[in-house]
Amino acid sequence: MSVQAVEARAPAKAATDAVAQPVESIFIANLRDFRRNRLAVASVAMVGLFALMAIFAPYLAPHDPYASDLFRRLQPPAWLDGGEWAYPMGCDGLGRDILSRAIYGARVSMTIGVAVMMVAAMAGMIAGLAAGYLRGWTDIAISRVVDVLLGFPYLILAIGLMAAMGPGLGNIVLALAIKEWVLPCRVARAETLAAREMEYVEAARALGASRLHIMLREILPNILSPLIVVCTMRMAWIIIMEASLSFLGLGVQPPVPSWGSMVADGRQFLIGAWWVSTLPGVMILLLVLAINLASQGLRDAFDPRMRT
Amino acid sequence: MSPLGVVERLLQLVPVLLGISIVVFFMMALTPGDPVELMLGDARATDEQRQSLRHDMGLDRPMHERFLVFLRNAATGEFGMSFHHRRPVRQVILERLPATIELTLAALVIALVVGIGLGVLAAVRRDSWIDRLSTVTALVGVSMPGFWFGILLILLFAVTLGALPVSGRIGYEGEVPFVTGLLLVDTLVASKFASFFDALRHLLLPAVTLGLAMAALLMRVTRSAMLEALAQDYVTFAEAKGISRARILFRHALKNALIPTVTVAAIETGTLLGGNMIVETVFGWPGLGRLVVEGIFTRNYPLVQAAVLLYAVIYVLLNLCADLLYATLNPRVRS
Repeated sequence: MSVQAVEARAPAKAATDAVAQPVESIFIANLRDFRRNRLAVASVAMVGLFALMAIFAPYLAPHDPYASDLFRRLQPPAWLDGGEWAYPMGCDGLGRDILSRAIYGARVSMTIGVAVMMVAAMAGMIAGLAAGYLRGWTDIAISRVVDVLLGFPYLILAIGLMAAMGPGLGNIVLALAIKEWVLPCRVARAETLAAREMEYVEAARALGASRLHIMLREILPNILSPLIVVCTMRMAWIIIMEASLSFLGLGVQPPVPSWGSMVADGRQFLIGAWWVSTLPGVMILLLVLAINLASQGLRDAFDPRMRT
Repeated sequence: MSPLGVVERLLQLVPVLLGISIVVFFMMALTPGDPVELMLGDARATDEQRQSLRHDMGLDRPMHERFLVFLRNAATGEFGMSFHHRRPVRQVILERLPATIELTLAALVIALVVGIGLGVLAAVRRDSWIDRLSTVTALVGVSMPGFWFGILLILLFAVTLGALPVSGRIGYEGEVPFVTGLLLVDTLVASKFASFFDALRHLLLPAVTLGLAMAALLMRVTRSAMLEALAQDYVTFAEAKGISRARILFRHALKNALIPTVTVAAIETGTLLGGNMIVETVFGWPGLGRLVVEGIFTRNYPLVQAAVLLYAVIYVLLNLCADLLYATLNPRVRS
C-alpha cells in the first residue's frame, strides 16, 4: 500500500470515529448533565428510599399495621404531650400505629404507580409505533380511540370504571391505565412519524427488513428517550390519582393501608387529632414532589427540546 | 378561524361524542348486579311486577337496541329515574349543577388571578427571591393532592382560627329565592348582603382548594410566555421609544403572553370538573361531584351514567373552546 493511500485512509477513519463517537457519548453526556443537577439526584435518591421502604416494609415497620390497641386510640405523635417514641407518628382512630401504616402505604402507591406506568407505557408504545409507522386505517382507528379517551376528564373516567368494576388493586391499575396509555401513545406516534422518514429507516427498508423489525429494532430505540421522560413525569400524577380514588373510598379497601384512605379516615378526628389525617398526606407530598423534581431533571438532561 | 373551520371542527366532535356514549353505555351495562333489583331496593314485588319493570326499563331488549334507546334519550336529556331519589335523573342533576358551576367559576377566577399575577411577577423579577419562591410554590402546588390541601385549609382556617366555615354552601338563616342557582348572584339580586358574605365565606376554602393546581400551572405557563415576550424585538423597540415600563409590560408583553395562558386555562377548566368530586367531598359541598360519589356507593347507576356523560360532553366542548380561542387569539394560527 502506498504512503499516499495510507494517508488518504487515515482521515477517513478519523471521520468515522468522529461520527461513531458522539452516538455513544450522547447518553453519557446526558447522564453527566443529570448528575450535575444535585436537586434531581437527591430526588432520585428520595424516590429510591420510598421504593426500599415499600419493598422492606415488614422489616422497617415498628408495629403490625393492622394491630389495633384501643388504649392507644388517637395517641399523639412523639413530640406532643402524651406521645411516646415507640409510636413516633402517633396512632389512628383504632389505635393502629400511623408510621407502620404509612410505611405499608408506600407499597400500594409504589405498586400502583409502577404497574400503571408499565402497562400504559407498553400499550402506548405499541399503539403509537403501529399508528405512526403503519399509518392508514391503523392510525385512524388508534387516533379515534385516543380522541374518545381524551374526551373524558381523567378522574371521572377512573371513578366511572371503578364503579362498574368494583374495588381491588388490579381494577385500579386497569381503571387508571385505560386513559394513561394515551399520552405515551401520542408521543410515540409523533416520534415514529418523524423517524420513519429518516435515512436509517429507509436503509433498513432497502435491506428488506420486515415491518416488525423496523418498528422494534430500528425506530423504538431511537424514540425511547422522550417516552421514558413522559412516563416518569406521569408517574407523579398516577400516584395522586390513586390516592384520590382511595380517599373517595374507591381504591384499595380497608383494612389495607393506603395513604389516600388514611387521610380520609382521619377526617373525622380533625378537631383534636389532626395528625391522623395530615401525616399520611405528607408522605404523598414528599413522594410526588421527589418524582416531579427527578423527572424534571431527567427531561432537562435527556430531552432538551422539552426544556422550559 | 373561518366559519367553515368552526363547522369542520364541530363535525369532528360527532365521532368523539359517539365514542364517549359507547364507553359510558357499556361501562354501566356491563356492571354486575341487576338494575331491577337495585331499583326495587327493599320493596317487595312479585315476579310479574319484576318482569313488567324489566320490560318498562327496556332491559329485555337486545344490547344494540338498548344502546340506540340510550342515545336517543341522552340526546333529549332523558336518563330515567334516580334509584335513590325516586325522581327523574335530569331533575336531580339540574338541582345540583348550579353549586358545581359556582364552585368551578370561583376556582377559575382564583386560579387566573393568582396564576397570571404570580407568573408576571416572577418573569419581571426573574431570578429574584420572588421568582424562586413562586417557582417552588408552583412545584409544591402541582405535587400536593387536592384533598389533603383542603384538609390543611380546614385545619388552619376553620378548626384553629375559626374564621371560615367547615362545610356547606350557606348558613341555615340564609333562605335565598332561586333565580340562577348561583348563590353569590341570587343573594345580590335579592339584596341580601349578609347572606352574600355568608355564601362567600363558605365558597372561599373549596374554591382555593380546587383552584390551587390550576393556579400553579398557569403561573408556570405565564412566566415562560412572559419571559419569551419580553425578549422580543417589539419590546426592545418600545423601550427605545421611551414608553413607560408599565405600559410595555401590560400593553405589549402581557397581551401576547396571555395567548398560551388563556388556552391552557380553557383546557384546565375541564380538569377542574374532575377535581370537583374530591373538593365537594372534602367540604361537603352539595354539588354534582358529591352526588356522583354518593351515587356510586348507593349503586345509583342511571345517575352516575348521566353525570359521567355530562362531564365528558362539557369537557369536550371546553376543549373545543380552547382550540377556537387559541385560533382566534393567535394570528399565526388564524391564517
